[in-house]
Amino acid sequence: MKVPVSYSFRNLWTRRLTTILTASGMALVVFVFAAILMLAEGLQKTLVDTGSYDNVVLIRKGSQSEVQSGIERLQASVIETQPEVAAGAGGRKMLAKEVVVLISLPKRGTDKPSNVIIRGVSEESLAMRPQVKLMEGRMPRPSSSEIIAGESVSRRFTGAGIGETLRFGMRDWTVVGIFDAGSTGFSSEIWGDADQLMQAFRRPVYSSVIFKLRDASGFDAFKARVESDPRLTVEAKRETRFYADQSEMMAKFLRILGTSLTIIFSLGAVIGAMITMYAAVANRTAEIGTLRALGFQRRSILGAFLMEALLLGFIGGAVGLFFASFLQLLTISTLNFQTFSELAFSFTLTVEIVWQALLFSLIMGFVGGVLPALQASRMKIVDALRTT
Amino acid sequence: MTDSVTTCDEHGPSPVLENQPVIVEVRNVNKAYLRGSHIIPVLQEINFDIREGEFLALMGPSGSGKSTLLNLIAGIDKVDSGTIVIGGVDITALDETELAHWRATNVGFIFQFYNLIPVLTAFENVELPLQLTGLSRSERRDHVEMALRVVNLSHRMEHYPSQLSGGEQQRVAIARAVVTDPTILVADEPTGDLDRASAKEIMSLMCRLSRESRKTIIMVTHDPKAAEAAQVIRNLDKGSLNNAHP
Amino acid sequence: MRTLKLIIRNAFRHKLRTGLTILGITIAILAFGMLRTMVNAWYAGVEASSANRLVIRNSISLVFPLPLAYKDKIRQVGGVNLVSWGNWFGGVFIEEKNFFPNFAVEPKSYLALYPEYVIPELQKKTFLNDRKGAVAGKKIAEKFGWKVGDTVVLKGTIFPGNWEFTIRGIYRGKDRSVDETQFFFHWEYLNETMKKTAPRRADQVGFYMIGITNPNLAGEVSTTVDGTFKNSLAETLTETEKAFQMSFVSMTEAILVAIQFVSVVIIVIIMAVVANTMAMTARERIGEYAVFKTLGFGGWFIAVLIFGESLVISLLGTALGIGLTFPVAAAFADYLGTFFPIFFVERETVYMDIAAGILVGIVAALFPTWRAVKIRIADGLRRIG
Repeated sequence: MKVPVSYSFRNLWTRRLTTILTASGMALVVFVFAAILMLAEGLQKTLVDTGSYDNVVLIRKGSQSEVQSGIERLQASVIETQPEVAAGAGGRKMLAKEVVVLISLPKRGTDKPSNVIIRGVSEESLAMRPQVKLMEGRMPRPSSSEIIAGESVSRRFTGAGIGETLRFGMRDWTVVGIFDAGSTGFSSEIWGDADQLMQAFRRPVYSSVIFKLRDASGFDAFKARVESDPRLTVEAKRETRFYADQSEMMAKFLRILGTSLTIIFSLGAVIGAMITMYAAVANRTAEIGTLRALGFQRRSILGAFLMEALLLGFIGGAVGLFFASFLQLLTISTLNFQTFSELAFSFTLTVEIVWQALLFSLIMGFVGGVLPALQASRMKIVDALRTT
Repeated sequence: MTDSVTTCDEHGPSPVLENQPVIVEVRNVNKAYLRGSHIIPVLQEINFDIREGEFLALMGPSGSGKSTLLNLIAGIDKVDSGTIVIGGVDITALDETELAHWRATNVGFIFQFYNLIPVLTAFENVELPLQLTGLSRSERRDHVEMALRVVNLSHRMEHYPSQLSGGEQQRVAIARAVVTDPTILVADEPTGDLDRASAKEIMSLMCRLSRESRKTIIMVTHDPKAAEAAQVIRNLDKGSLNNAHP
Repeated sequence: MRTLKLIIRNAFRHKLRTGLTILGITIAILAFGMLRTMVNAWYAGVEASSANRLVIRNSISLVFPLPLAYKDKIRQVGGVNLVSWGNWFGGVFIEEKNFFPNFAVEPKSYLALYPEYVIPELQKKTFLNDRKGAVAGKKIAEKFGWKVGDTVVLKGTIFPGNWEFTIRGIYRGKDRSVDETQFFFHWEYLNETMKKTAPRRADQVGFYMIGITNPNLAGEVSTTVDGTFKNSLAETLTETEKAFQMSFVSMTEAILVAIQFVSVVIIVIIMAVVANTMAMTARERIGEYAVFKTLGFGGWFIAVLIFGESLVISLLGTALGIGLTFPVAAAFADYLGTFFPIFFVERETVYMDIAAGILVGIVAALFPTWRAVKIRIADGLRRIG
């Protein structure tokens, strides 16, 4: 037979200050926990969306990113002739040879410089990336010093807004359009004509070759052939995998940092809960004795105090989640250690994160409350009553 | 039988105890406590009977073991040796779980410090023992209301203990004790924390329970006025029973 | 002194509760100290910068090179007494997780620019004479078990191929703020190889490192150098070493801000925990405080009791936390190795730990003290019985 739930709930209400303090501690922990999960989710989303499964990216063997890579014109032509390359409308090959460099641009407001990717694209580049859409202005005219900027870059960097001008490679480049790339990494890039950029930077080699597979399953055969071809020194990856690898270090770093922080914080909150529950038991010793004398079983007492601790955890969890949900209004931009360029992503709240956070808060409550609850249930009736 | 005029006589004649069945049999009960490495004997070879409907007062100097004996009879402590049979059930042979079950319907407690649950209303406090039975919500309600009527506190049902006076709290405690219609009522210094007037009120209530409702009551007290209400007085001294004072 | 004794005895009345509270504070202070140490480690490069060194790079970004031919013009700029150059090589030793910074540099001038890298004379001479020689920092030499004379192979990422080097010297830092995880070799080796395999990339440097005679000349020299190469194929950006290092830090600013925010959060959490403990403790002792008042003690005495208890608990936890920070930081430094080459607990961090501990102790006691001091004697006494 159980002690009614209202007993646990009302006891929390009676000692409001203690309940608020303990629950607040747990709320903060859940906030940090949820924030980390949301950040990882946001990063993941950026990666998953950037890149299509049936696109292949080739960079020089041994290079870790497009920036470090160099593919000679001749090699690019060899790749172009491979049978796996899909043909698009009008028989044109769905293949783009791109050049990728980093330039240092000052941020709006702070003027602190950060590295931004400039991608020299060819006609098929936009077609192969359905996630990218022009949202303002127009595409650059071929053979001109015109560029388009990703929505995130145009917003955060000086000179990257529509109509504004950037100067590099001894030329002035005008931003004639802004493109929306959703939450993908392309939002943090500036695109221009590959040939123009190669001239300006005096780079006669491409950085990467991207093409769409005629048949999505043809990747393995392609990879085997191309990587053993003596004329080529390249490495091939599916576009999705390519971008996932690019942020692997970043994701790992965030995960490790996040996990260690959460563990430490949760220890603090659990200790707080434990102190509260031990005190609750100590102050209600006579009550416990009375309930037992009346005939309530040990496990009912255990259950009642555990319920109190779980409720504490749940309240903390709900409050923490509530505040964490506001983080979705924030965008984080930081340097991706691997590509050495800016990466912007935001906090994403999913249903899975919600119940993970609540579960975590319940676990905290449980861990904090189990020992005191056990102590309460193990009390001998006469000892408990004697303290009157 | 006692020949002094007691408050209880106002409520009716005391029953002829010899004709009543024995409801509590205490046989060769011993109990000692362990304090560090010392063994302190508290009860030695206690033997006596309690008849149905009896109002018994256990008296004795502090440290005589009277509260211990009460706890043993109420099933909240375990004997070292001996047996206690109540209503035909040998409670010394029951395990924890069975004992808890047994207590719920067989014992009604009245403590010196009332021991009401502060976060429950008077109604809910009285209802508490009924949560351990299989009664429905409305059945429980009926029992609670009846018990509160007996102690004259129907009008204070929704109040919390902090809003009640000492005497009122003890009355709620008595209502809680009788609500399951237990086999025995056990009271440990019920008037110990009350002023003279409230104490008289409580004792009057207990008298009614004894004479009108024919409840078996075992009361520990050092208050001679309270003891006057009892029909049988037993004295404990250094762990042994003296003869009963009928 | 009697009051202090009373305070301490009170603090340990509930051993379990006090113990748990102290444990909580210890963990919080430890975490706080570690996070601050991590932030400091991030800025290590900035702190180790010399005021006499300037970095010249391509103004577009670090990714673009500068012509070797620039060196003569740079040397002629007034105030410049040393010119060195190099490339970030980015080679991988066996696998990526064995990361350490490796550079191709003009050896004689580079070593002259970095007197804080201490190498025995003999090793220095051998290194300068061996085109394929390399110098490694003490930390990575120990980590990988390298000794002078060993052959080390690096896989090129920016400059492809497998590159073989012979360790000719192992340097140690002049003091503990110096990075001992660097690896550098002859720039000529890189350039010669490039001339053969990728001539287009030959005679290009990634950066110039110059020494100036007087730190005050930094601004002037920078402007002059940049002015010299303005409107040429590769425009330059010259800045102090400190500014250069800072630019890296500011690119990851978001993370640093987050870490600093989080370090404050942990202190707030523990403040809530300790405040809770003190609130509960004070509430239970209301009766006693009332008794003190009846005896004639003033409200300030009660305040001293409560604040004192709170501070005793808090400072004990803080002391333990600070004590633990050092071994934990040492363990972390081992684990993080080359990613955070400079990782040690600074004195300032300890001061901040103490300040945090005191703050927690004071804030936690505020509300309970206010409640306890305000209570009327009669109400307080009623709570005992």
